[in-house]
Parts: sequence; C-alpha cells; structure tokens
Amino acid sequence: MEAITTGETASPSVVDLFTGFFIVGVYGFGGVLPWARRMIVEQRKWLTPVEFTDMLGLCSFLPGGNIMNVTIALGARFRGIPGAAACFLGLMTAPVAIVIALGVVYDRYAYLPPVRQAFVALSAAAAAFVLATAWKIASPLRGKPLAIGVAACTFVAIAVLRLPLMAAMPVLTIGSTLLLWRFRK
Amino acid sequence: MSTLSQLAAVYAQLSLMAFGGANALIPEMQRQVVDVHHWMSAQAFAALYALAQAAPGPNMMVVSLVGLRVGGFWGALVTTGAVAAPSSVLTYLVSRVWDRFKNASWRTALQAGLQPVTIGLISASAALLIESTTVDWRAALVIVVTAGLFIFTKLNPLLILGAAAVTGAVGLVG
Repeated sequence: MEAITTGETASPSVVDLFTGFFIVGVYGFGGVLPWARRMIVEQRKWLTPVEFTDMLGLCSFLPGGNIMNVTIALGARFRGIPGAAACFLGLMTAPVAIVIALGVVYDRYAYLPPVRQAFVALSAAAAAFVLATAWKIASPLRGKPLAIGVAACTFVAIAVLRLPLMAAMPVLTIGSTLLLWRFRK
Repeated sequence: MSTLSQLAAVYAQLSLMAFGGANALIPEMQRQVVDVHHWMSAQAFAALYALAQAAPGPNMMVVSLVGLRVGGFWGALVTTGAVAAPSSVLTYLVSRVWDRFKNASWRTALQAGLQPVTIGLISASAALLIESTTVDWRAALVIVVTAGLFIFTKLNPLLILGAAAVTGAVGLVG
C-alpha cells in the first residue's frame, strides 16, 4: 500500500471515496478545489498537505479539469480503477444533475421577458468574470516580454484568426516551450 | 454521423487540450458548436456559459449544458463523459509514474511554456464572450462595472453574478 509511506493508515473504501467527493460536488459553488482540499486533507486525512500539493501539481500539469484529474489520481491511488471511477462519479453526479435541471428550467422559461433580460445581464457579467480571471492569471507575465509575446500570439491565433485549437495548440505549446527554454534566465 | 457521436467526437478532442480548464476551451467550443456544426448562436452559447456559473461543481459544467441543448439528456451525459475520458485515462497512467519525472527539467520547461499559452487562451475566451454578450450599451456597462468588481473587490463572485441577473430581471438592462 502506497498510503503507508505517509505514516498514515488512511484506507478509504470505494464507498468512502464516492461519498467524500459527492459532498464536495454539492458544496462546490464557485470553485471545487478549496472544498476538495478541506475534505481530503483536513477532514478525512486521506493525504497530508504535502501529498495533496504534489498530487495537485500533477493534476494541473496534465490536461483536463484539475479537480476531475484529482478524483482519478486519488481514487486510483487507494482503490485502483474502481476507486478512480467512484471518486469521479461521486464528484460529478450532483453537479451534472443540478445543471441539467437548471438547463431544463431555463429552456422552459427563457421566452419570458424578465428571464431573457436577466440572462442578457448575467451573460455579460459571466463574460466579465472570464476577463477578470484572465487579468488575474496574467500577473506572472509581468516583466517577461517573451511570455507576453507568446500570450499575444495565442490570443491573435484563437480570438482573431479563429484557428482550430487542434492545430494551434501543439504549435503554440512547443514553440513557447522551446523559446522560453532557449532564453531562460 | 449522429448528433451524439458528433458531440462525443468534439468533446473528446477538447479533453486533451484542456489546459486551464473549460475557460481555456471556450473559443474552440464556440467555434465547433456555433461555426462548424451550427447547433446554436454565439449569444445562446454565451447564455449557457452564464447558466453554468449557477451550478456547483467543476468549472466544466457548460460542457454538460451544451450536450443537453444539442442532444437532450443523453447529450449531456455524452459530452460530460467525452470531455473527461481521455484526460482521465492520461491522468491514471501518468499518476503511476509521476514520481519518476516530476522534477525532470523537460517537465519544468513544458509547464513554463504552457503558462503563457493558457493565459492567451483564457484572454481569447474573454474576448469572444464579451463580443457575443455586448448586445447594447447597457450590457457593455454591466461588463465594465462587474469586471471592476471582480478584479478590485473581494466580493464573492456568485454575489456579483446574482446582482447582475437581478438588475437585468427588473428591467434595468436588456
């Protein structure tokens, strides 16, 4: 058991894994990660803080939703493929059910003028939220002209030229990696 | 190809490019859903993105909503499963050997290279959503005011989104 290396005896069952992440999925308004950390590290002590940070490092490095990747890596660590499936389904069941219910209700009432107007304003605010996210995550680029150039090229390729991501992403990623590596400080 | 298999193909492709979560995928999702497959207008897509913010869970829930709109209940399950499957298999495989290369220099280099690309993608997402939601000057005003609140205050984002929706519903916007 890998878990022994922590000195802990954490050994959640498949059911524990499902219920732990089910609760995280229900609570996770406006970002699941803080809730997941609370459950995994503080409440159930499945991982130490260092192990959690390490696992999150892996899961942010790989493509896919960070938290979805955490469910897979953590579930696999304790219970193999069934554990990974239990964590993933635990996390996703409630949010998918809720969002489907929201979608059905929205489709039924979208024609009403107040609902339509609410969504004009809500869509605008949600767009502004993405803008604010971009603004905040861009701060590490300050003082790095090459990285700013790469971000600008990506923006032009995707938002202006509307290139397919399948074609643009590998070129941009490889180009950016080689460029920044070549001129690293 | 049936609609469900088209949905599965679109979202499975997106899965392995999802660095930075769903926010980085919005331009490609919009391109596929609006321009390539003509499943909905850019405005309808932006509204689904907004609706997804009202649900708990990972920031991928817009994927389920697009599936629901295009393919009904099964569409929602297909898109959610398709966007998760390839990246989950990759995570499963890599998590078993991660200790071997987590400090490798090529990994550090790749991560550094991905960072500005992700920032560019999320900026592109913001630009496209702003383009399709700025239907009049009042919507533009909502964008400016809420962007300021998101960036310069510590208010809960859900509170700001809720306030914007209420402002719209009572007829001040739209």
